[in-house]
Amino acid sequence: MSLALIAALPFIGALLPGLMIRAGRNVCASLTFATTALALIGLMMNAPAVLWRGEVVTEGWEWLPQIGLNVTFMLDGLGFLFATMILGIGLLIITYARFYLSKTDPMGNFYTYLLLFQGAMVGIVLSDNILLLLIFWELTSLSSFLLIGYWKHLPEGRQGARMALTVTGLGGLAMIGGMLILGQIVGSYDISVIIQSGDLIRSSDLYLPALILILLGAFTKSAQFPFHFWLPHAMAAPTPVSAYLHSATMVKAGLFLMARLWPALSGTPEWFWIVSTAGLITMVLGAVIALFKDDLKALLAFSTVSHLGLITMLLGFGTEYAATAAVFHIINHATFKAALFMTAGIVDHEAHTRNIRLLGGLRKLMPVTFLIGTIAALSMAGIPLFNGFLSKEMMLEAAHEEGTWFTVLATIGAIFSVAYSFRFIVHTFLGPVRDDYPHKPHDPGFGMWVSPAILVVMVLVIGLFPAQTVGHFVDVVASAVTGGEIHTHLALWHGVTAALIMSGIAVGVGIVILAFQRSLAPIWDNARRPEAKAMFDWVIHRAAKGANELTDALHDGAISRYLGIFTTVILVYGAWAFAGGEFSQGTRPLLPIGPVEVVFFALLMAASLGVVLTHRMRFVSLIVISICGLVVSMTFVQFSAPDLALTQLTVEVVTIILLLLALNYLPKETPVESSGARRLRDGVIALATGGGVGMLAYAILTRDMSLPTIADYHVENSYIGGGGTNVVNVILVDFRGFDTMGEITVLGIAALVIFAIVEGLLQGPASRRLANWVPDMAQARDRHPLMMVVATRVALPIALVVGMYIFLRGHNQPGGGFIAGLVVAIALLMQYMASGFAFSQARQKVAYHGMISAGVLVAVLTGTASVVLGWNFLTSTNFHVHIWPLDDIHLASAAAFDLGVFLAVVGAVMLALASLSRIGRRAGEGINLTPMDVDPSAANPVGGVDMSRDLNPEDR
Amino acid sequence: MQHWIIAPIVLPALIGAMITLTMRHDVLLQRVAALASAVLLVGLTGALLFGAAQGGVESYELGSWPAPFGIVLVLDRLSGLMVTLTAVLGLLVLAYAIATGWDQRGRNFHALFQFQLMGLFGAMLTGDIFNLFVFFEILLIASYGLMTHGGGRMRLRGGVQYVIYNLAGSTLFLFALGTLYAVFGTLNMADLAERATQLPAGDDALVRVTAVLLLLVFILKGALLPMHFWLPNTYALAPAPVAALFAVMTKVGAYSVIRVFTLIFPDTLPSIGGLVSDVMVPAALVTLTVGMIGVLGGGTLARTVSFGVIGSMGTLFLAIGTFTEEALSAAIYYMIHSTLAAAALFLVVDQVRARRGNSTLLPQAPMYKAGVIAVFYFLAAIALAGMPPLSGFLGKLMVLQAIRAEEWWGWGYAFILGTSLIAVVGFARAGSVLFWRPFDASSPQVTAGMQADDLAAETAAEEKAEADAIEAEEAFEIAPNAISGLGQAVLGVMLALLVALTVFAGPVSRFAQATAAQLYDTQQYVYAVLGSPEERAAREAAEEALADDLHGADHGAPAHSETPAEEGH
Repeated sequence: MSLALIAALPFIGALLPGLMIRAGRNVCASLTFATTALALIGLMMNAPAVLWRGEVVTEGWEWLPQIGLNVTFMLDGLGFLFATMILGIGLLIITYARFYLSKTDPMGNFYTYLLLFQGAMVGIVLSDNILLLLIFWELTSLSSFLLIGYWKHLPEGRQGARMALTVTGLGGLAMIGGMLILGQIVGSYDISVIIQSGDLIRSSDLYLPALILILLGAFTKSAQFPFHFWLPHAMAAPTPVSAYLHSATMVKAGLFLMARLWPALSGTPEWFWIVSTAGLITMVLGAVIALFKDDLKALLAFSTVSHLGLITMLLGFGTEYAATAAVFHIINHATFKAALFMTAGIVDHEAHTRNIRLLGGLRKLMPVTFLIGTIAALSMAGIPLFNGFLSKEMMLEAAHEEGTWFTVLATIGAIFSVAYSFRFIVHTFLGPVRDDYPHKPHDPGFGMWVSPAILVVMVLVIGLFPAQTVGHFVDVVASAVTGGEIHTHLALWHGVTAALIMSGIAVGVGIVILAFQRSLAPIWDNARRPEAKAMFDWVIHRAAKGANELTDALHDGAISRYLGIFTTVILVYGAWAFAGGEFSQGTRPLLPIGPVEVVFFALLMAASLGVVLTHRMRFVSLIVISICGLVVSMTFVQFSAPDLALTQLTVEVVTIILLLLALNYLPKETPVESSGARRLRDGVIALATGGGVGMLAYAILTRDMSLPTIADYHVENSYIGGGGTNVVNVILVDFRGFDTMGEITVLGIAALVIFAIVEGLLQGPASRRLANWVPDMAQARDRHPLMMVVATRVALPIALVVGMYIFLRGHNQPGGGFIAGLVVAIALLMQYMASGFAFSQARQKVAYHGMISAGVLVAVLTGTASVVLGWNFLTSTNFHVHIWPLDDIHLASAAAFDLGVFLAVVGAVMLALASLSRIGRRAGEGINLTPMDVDPSAANPVGGVDMSRDLNPEDR
Repeated sequence: MQHWIIAPIVLPALIGAMITLTMRHDVLLQRVAALASAVLLVGLTGALLFGAAQGGVESYELGSWPAPFGIVLVLDRLSGLMVTLTAVLGLLVLAYAIATGWDQRGRNFHALFQFQLMGLFGAMLTGDIFNLFVFFEILLIASYGLMTHGGGRMRLRGGVQYVIYNLAGSTLFLFALGTLYAVFGTLNMADLAERATQLPAGDDALVRVTAVLLLLVFILKGALLPMHFWLPNTYALAPAPVAALFAVMTKVGAYSVIRVFTLIFPDTLPSIGGLVSDVMVPAALVTLTVGMIGVLGGGTLARTVSFGVIGSMGTLFLAIGTFTEEALSAAIYYMIHSTLAAAALFLVVDQVRARRGNSTLLPQAPMYKAGVIAVFYFLAAIALAGMPPLSGFLGKLMVLQAIRAEEWWGWGYAFILGTSLIAVVGFARAGSVLFWRPFDASSPQVTAGMQADDLAAETAAEEKAEADAIEAEEAFEIAPNAISGLGQAVLGVMLALLVALTVFAGPVSRFAQATAAQLYDTQQYVYAVLGSPEERAAREAAEEALADDLHGADHGAPAHSETPAEEGH
């Protein structure tokens, strides 16, 4: 079967259990089983090629060849071994889990996670591309996160899951770096190429960083010291998960990787010392801790840590013999450890406890379980006739060759290994039957013990007939690992060797230690030692807390601080950029300073200073700001820019009026909120940045441009092409009409936003506050004074005519739609100010929303009309119209566009006003029915206005 | 093909105006018009992308004014890609907002949404730097309206900060443009690119100032430290679907950096040199760190995701700041990914809020039908954190490989990989609290190894955080149809797009490579806009001949539009 399909099957199958659980637990489990079985069969179809013909099956296609990431798979002996373990033990686990999970556990989720994990594992061992391998690698971290946290109601499960994810994720990320470096050394990300390039890799400068990063990945995954601590906490998962992840699969992924890259990375002193030392320490440490664990699964977890250390150490030795031993022990460990985990699960399931101190004497109550557990444990202890013995002998032999230290420490590891293995048997099964089990245990049904039973049969068969059963297989795998031709002679009896003597010592001393275990335990428990879980929790807790504090401190929501940083950054970067380049001083002569300039300058300075001094009094500072605006307008006049002056002036009037209206409902004073020192600091920043901007402006204004500007073209073509003599207006509506179209849209949107926000305010809690608003300033008794009403009425038609005039002349003389719109808006604003909003509103029928959109529409459609006629968007034309008795009128199509501008401007200003007046209404502003408060012509001169705030009960 | 380039700007402008003019009182009409527009836009932009993918650069002269004197729109691979991405995101977000009823929680949503799209498309298509400013304004003011959509005290407060900070940015943009015009004497980007090589050495200092000021404007939009302060509160407080749309707003900043600093101020310019990289690379590394730390310490899911966005912008700007063809192509791929992933996560935030009333990361009662949301969260978080197998991981790999040739690659590796771990821990914690802890039988749990006073302190801190967070999210009332199956379907589509981006990483990344190559072929862009030297010579000759003909003719000269010969490129 295709390798890709084998890897894909579990992923595809993962969809099934989640769905099919609706058809029942048996269907769900069967489908999961069938998926895995199918993948296993597919794998076995490749067995002849791999095992007997010695071929490497490859397959693949391009995915992301740009970065060397391709979906390529390869199957050699090593991959075959692991894939068989993953799928084979997977089948047993699926069977076991069907009977292990209780009715309340969501089984569909479980099998989905399990298949996802299985797929990821198969992917790892079949990948021929290290980047693809990385993807599967991280997928195992993620899917195991889900599996370990499966019992989401258990805090230990969640914490264990997060810890496993964090630690293995850390390693995975380091490995990404390592793999990328490795690939770049070799120039290929294909494993088949990398393992051929050992010499190139080992002689590279980047060998050590790559090695360390990759080993970080392998060590964290395989729980090597000092990253071993996550594994025992992952035991909070349901036992099938532990049996699967921690015997045959996830923790073996690190070993797989070391074996896979063995030809490329091993054989250097760095490799030897890092790998074998870490392995040795892990082996001894794990074994010692395991002896003192009372939880059966914890005992097994640390024994797993110890055995993983053993295999790591063997791989670290870098010799072919040791590598062969490692391969053999991988097989053996998978068989007996999975059986042991399942046994522990059975005990837990039946006795409702895994605490070894509450157990004992189960031999009589659970004979089948006892038999299975004992065989597996004896194998773990390395007792002859069982498979564990064979590989352990090879390990001791290999360690013996490396010198005294390894010999001694390996023997110590073996001693404790014997001790905890026997403890598993003795303290659980032997001894008198007790009557205080949490639940009276008995052997489980066939479904639960068949899986471990199959495994212990393998333990026995391999132990008795190693050469006949797995001899060839081990050869093939070891050859794949080392890249050489390996022929081992697995046999039960090698004569009296050093290893045998070490084994003998181990068994003897191990039994003695076990005898003293009960008295040693209190000493061990009371001894002070670093508690990895507590440390890890502390680190994560502090990190999260620190992250929270740092984030909150950085983003404290103080806009003044944000803007201070913003301004400082501009100043610093700007100055730095300026200093880094050549600057030639400008040569323009300065203009003479006349009395007008002096007055303007003095006014501007005084007004700016005034704003700073009065900024806590909001109304006053607003008035002072308007002085700045006026001075700017006058400056435009002085420098012959009448269009700009008109625009600036009208914009100034409109914005100041609107701001005054808005400020009315806000506090009139700004409280002092920052310390003097802070204000001083802000002042320095402001002065420095202002000075910087001033210097920049000075630098620009005193120099001539190095290249001719596009403005010359505009001046030349304004009449010829744009049909107008006012270049500014032609630029606005024609040369850069698209900008103007955008800007009127901005204006329109702004008005829509104001409307929407006010609308929101009036429906929220702010509405209640407004309703209870009490004016904080003295109110004029005559809100609609006669004189003002009369004056604005007189002004209205004049203003409208002026607006029309400005609009029409715009193309040739200063003016245009924008200014005209503002002039008309001001005239209308005055009506509202004079007679109140409701009064004025009742006398006009245009909806401002509509006026804005009509403006935008007219502008856009003018542009679109050109497209319809086959020209580019916004292309203009102009023509002469003769209407008797008027003079010749020169019309440009841009006038239509300008009409859009006009409408949008009027609409936007008026909608903003309307929105603000709604706030006023809510705040209790009365509605006047007559144009003015005091009407001398009326019968009852004072009246017509209702000053009472109770007139509109629906407003309350 | 010629006029179609204007369509993505004109269509939403027309529809937005029509909605305001005629449909503002009818929900159904608004929805139909808005959706129709969004669907059309996907088609239009898709067609533009297809056209651009043929490898040409198309220039469109608005008002038929010849470049560089009028405004041009330019379509190349990058702008084609950006508008398509925006249109697709826009359609999905709009569908979500309609499905969940978000569009009815305030006024003028649909009009503002159309104008927002118009601003985005304009910014991505324009070939004129002042016009870019105009479109920045459109998208800023429309986004302000969308951000405060639905109202509420905290949201308005956040909105005020957003608009103030961004108006400061706009002011800076104007300063930059003033300086730019004073130095270059032109606004057309192609013309700017050409003139940049012709300016005398004495202008170097001012050219550099211009470049830095523009860079600061763009990185403010792109939320690069230290100009990112507007982002966390804005995104966390905005209606979540709006925040999802905003995922593309930061990308406008990134787009502008790519456009302006490959075309006008490339590092091959003697005056510029390493100026941009020197600013951007360290800033990107810090951004990455602060962003991912924020993921761990966000406090609410909305803030967590907001900081995730900042972190991913760090990665993006790191790639952009490298300024090599390979790095840019990685950046382009990553940009697509980051937009979709962030948007998906914000929609998850909305689903969480719809079920709990807030997104604070404190245990509460289990959520209604949390399973599917948990799956969505898991996938989207994997994507944003850059874990396999989704596109975030591929993008990250590309970035890592692209920066390998730089001197500082070690730092880049350490920061990218290190912050990934922080993000993974942060997202795992958040997910664990949201989806697992509610099932706890006896919470709070005394964890082994944690001292009692630690626990008390933690409980107190949690309570305080809870009070803060709930205050911060007071505005998020649950709408009647917030938990809508249709909304979840949209979320599913978004994740499907991420999966597609992963599966088709090869073709997409080939397109990204071609895009990056085109960006470095500035001559193609300049010639497309201004004409090749031969074309320009020919045109000048023709103009002179025309001027001779016209000489002595009466003042009623035909407008330029009556001689449509200029459109001939």
